[in-house]
Amino acid sequence: MTAFGFPLLSLLTFLPLVGVAIILSVRGDEKAVASNARWTALWTTIVVFALSLVLWAKFDRSNAGFQFTETVAWMPQVGLTYKMGVDGISVLFVLLSTALTPLCILASWESIQTRVRDYMIAFLVLETMMIGSFCALDFLVFYMFFEGVLIPMYLIIGIWGGPRRVYSAFKFFLYTLAGSLLMLLAILAMWNFAGTTDIATLMHTVFPKSMQMWLFLAFLASFAVKVPMFPVHTWLPDAHVEAPTAGSVILAGVLLKMGAYGFLRFSIPMLPLASADFAPVIFALSVVAVIYTSLVALAQTDMKKLIAYSSVAHMGVVTIGIFTFNAQGMGGAIFQMLSHGVVSAALFLCVGVVYDRIHTREIARYGGLANRMPGYALAFMLFTMASVGLPGTAGFAGEILVLIGSFKVSIWLAIFGGMGMILGACYMLYLYRRVMFGKLTRADLMSILDLSPREIMTFAPLVVLTIWMGVYPSSFTSFFDATVNSLVEHHQAALAATTKLAGVAH
Amino acid sequence: MNWTLALPEIVLAILGMAILVFGVLRKQDSFHLCSMLSIGALIATAAFLIGGGSGVGFHGQFSADPFALFVKLLVLAASVLGIIVSLDYNEHENLRRFEFPVLILYATVGMMVMVSATNLMTLYLGVELNSLAIYVLAAFARDNLRSSEAGLKYFVLGALASGILLYGISLVYGFSGTMDFADIAKVLANPANVSAGVVVGVVFIASALAFKVSAVPFHMWTPDVYEGAPSPVTAFMASAPKVAAMALFARVMYAPFGHLLGQWQNVLILISIGSMVLGAFAAMGQGNIKRLMAYSSIGHMGYLLVGLAAGSQIGLRGILIYLVSYVFTNAGMFACIVGMRRNGQSVERIADLGGLGKTSPGMAAALTIFLFSMAGIPPFAGFIGKYFVFIAAVNSGLWTLALIGMAASAVSAFYYIRIIKVMYFDAPAPSLDARPGSLAVVAGFGAIFTTVFFIFPAPVVAAADAAAKAIFG
Repeated sequence: MTAFGFPLLSLLTFLPLVGVAIILSVRGDEKAVASNARWTALWTTIVVFALSLVLWAKFDRSNAGFQFTETVAWMPQVGLTYKMGVDGISVLFVLLSTALTPLCILASWESIQTRVRDYMIAFLVLETMMIGSFCALDFLVFYMFFEGVLIPMYLIIGIWGGPRRVYSAFKFFLYTLAGSLLMLLAILAMWNFAGTTDIATLMHTVFPKSMQMWLFLAFLASFAVKVPMFPVHTWLPDAHVEAPTAGSVILAGVLLKMGAYGFLRFSIPMLPLASADFAPVIFALSVVAVIYTSLVALAQTDMKKLIAYSSVAHMGVVTIGIFTFNAQGMGGAIFQMLSHGVVSAALFLCVGVVYDRIHTREIARYGGLANRMPGYALAFMLFTMASVGLPGTAGFAGEILVLIGSFKVSIWLAIFGGMGMILGACYMLYLYRRVMFGKLTRADLMSILDLSPREIMTFAPLVVLTIWMGVYPSSFTSFFDATVNSLVEHHQAALAATTKLAGVAH
Repeated sequence: MNWTLALPEIVLAILGMAILVFGVLRKQDSFHLCSMLSIGALIATAAFLIGGGSGVGFHGQFSADPFALFVKLLVLAASVLGIIVSLDYNEHENLRRFEFPVLILYATVGMMVMVSATNLMTLYLGVELNSLAIYVLAAFARDNLRSSEAGLKYFVLGALASGILLYGISLVYGFSGTMDFADIAKVLANPANVSAGVVVGVVFIASALAFKVSAVPFHMWTPDVYEGAPSPVTAFMASAPKVAAMALFARVMYAPFGHLLGQWQNVLILISIGSMVLGAFAAMGQGNIKRLMAYSSIGHMGYLLVGLAAGSQIGLRGILIYLVSYVFTNAGMFACIVGMRRNGQSVERIADLGGLGKTSPGMAAALTIFLFSMAGIPPFAGFIGKYFVFIAAVNSGLWTLALIGMAASAVSAFYYIRIIKVMYFDAPAPSLDARPGSLAVVAGFGAIFTTVFFIFPAPVVAAADAAAKAIFG
């Protein structure tokens, strides 16, 4: 079935569903069911994470191609196979998903009290969809997982969300669906042209230029919503604010990465000409996203909204990096995605900590927390610094690589992209000052407690990762260097081939 | 003359009459018994079908081919589900009459004849047999004003459609000189024989069939009839007759009039777009779930017509796969709707589902699956159906149609997820009564089928492929 001996990726993808089956089979009073659901979900996700470490250990870092591949005939009549595999780009996202999900379960341990069973089921299904979309090597299989994410996420926001949860859940669902349907149309067009939806084949299919333009726009509609890029980012602050803490964590940590991953996996290798032509548009939109949303973040009074806008800005840096088409920019973008996945997830967890205690996210309601919560203040500080991009933390390597990459394209791009780092420092430090420093004035804050052991357990892995990624980034970059290099070569070869053809024609 | 080809139809008709006689002679309440016998009759017919031969019989008027077999099995399955769904409802609503399952049997015979028709006359007979049974079914709750109104409305408009159909048939016969599908195709293969009269006749026939599948602009009757008819009848009307009519539509357009593709393709594209768009927008404001389902089915017919408008074997395959997913999703959905009852009273407002996720999690989960499937969200069956239909549109280069279809899909997702919102996000309404086993079985079966269809679609796809090939030869 697979070169590796057993279908590791399918196992990773579908193991959470076994957890769902176990949770569903438990009967009893509500309390017992809830506690059982929590523990089952936690153990399932931990086992999945442990299993995914095999990828870390056995992944051949010098190989740019797909590894751990599995193939099963599915619908031969339309050239559709169930095909899974990872390469340097996707392997770390699989690990990111498996690592963040147990933390999400832990973070929801006490904050979710109603319909715990349904909640845990939704999260496990979500994990299946996330891992599946990063492992899929067939475009339609990818699409099915990519769309499938909507179902659990819609329910998570809608059922366990805040007061405006219905509006946010609808907005999230319909924005994403509208974009993805256009992508589906593009997939059909590709299938019609190439006779298959196999990703590896499509990567080496040369689509006519006019067709590439349309396909690119259709992909853009889907991925831009997911990333999210300006001007279709407006669903994100709403979804983040209303989602429960763990929902925000997974949304910022993993789901946003799917859009950028889509650019890397589909748009650029399959549509090199259109990507090159549209790069200036992407740059423009990204720069607007970086500067505009940073300024918007500065004005926020709600902690989650602030971090949500900062996500849009950070993802703007990612899209700049991706479309520089050089090894530094792309590698930096991937690293930035990973670090943002860890750091923004951690920041949302930080908000969740105080929200669980005081039940408000109004920045003005806080102040002076550092006095009562030194441990929390330390963790928050680290993640703030990482978000700002301080050297030695996860955020640094990605941003600097993207800046180097964009310098090669245009100095103005680098300057405008770099503005994001400056503004990022402004709004994050401003947030930190307002929440942590100053005098404790409010009565309910006087008795606020520092991190509980469960919360420390949630933060500890993220703290370690943040420092590790900052101090020794090459243990992560080594995964994707080979793949990124081959992607760059592939892109340049494709462009060169057309110029050559054009030369012949003239 | 090979009459054994029609053995399943003959068997079903005779069994239907036998059950009718049995019900009349047996002086006690025999609704339940007759229902069971009818289910048995349908299953026996399916066995005859599978064991039966293939070929053309009755002097070219009747064809038993893989296409007919595929559709007939689907129709039989839909009829069985229809009878099961009616069992408990009819007990409760005082519709405990043994004629009910018998009428469904007759309607099914009509549908089977429709599917096998290779002559305009056979086609008409099948359509009428099917329709007459359903007119009566729609008015089955005769003491209920709305049901009688629905039956009457459907009858009057249906009669009009039949008239249009007959008129179209007579035009085609007049200008081509034959009623036989194969002969018509032969005549029309020569462009010199394609006169305006034939084209008008084809458009008339297409209009009448569009009425039967309730496509825009012949959809007006649908919401009222769906709402007024007793819920199990609505459930039945939304599945089996739609399948048969769509299959017939496909056969008529492809087999005798295949050479006129250029003439009818644009007409179909227009009705398809109209149906998809109307289905998407008109359903939004509905508060009654049966009315909503009416608009939803208009939308689904629009998607099916996308496959028909593609005018290719791939399109026909898409239609068949879509119909499979449609029938089972629909049956499950209606099993839930029929089971909506509070303190013994049937309720059918969407608001009545409030908080269902809390008060009856199983039903809410099943409904959620059906709704996501109808919205075309992967991995559910509805997505697979849509995928195959849109493949055909793209393959035939109908980009505008595909694009509008996608847009309509996104819009219609809104009202589907709105019901999910009512079930999960809203405050609980007083809880609904427990559902009887028969409905739970259908809903459960539908939910499982809808969920796992994507894992093993290959056999269905292969069968649909073979069926489509039978038409295109």
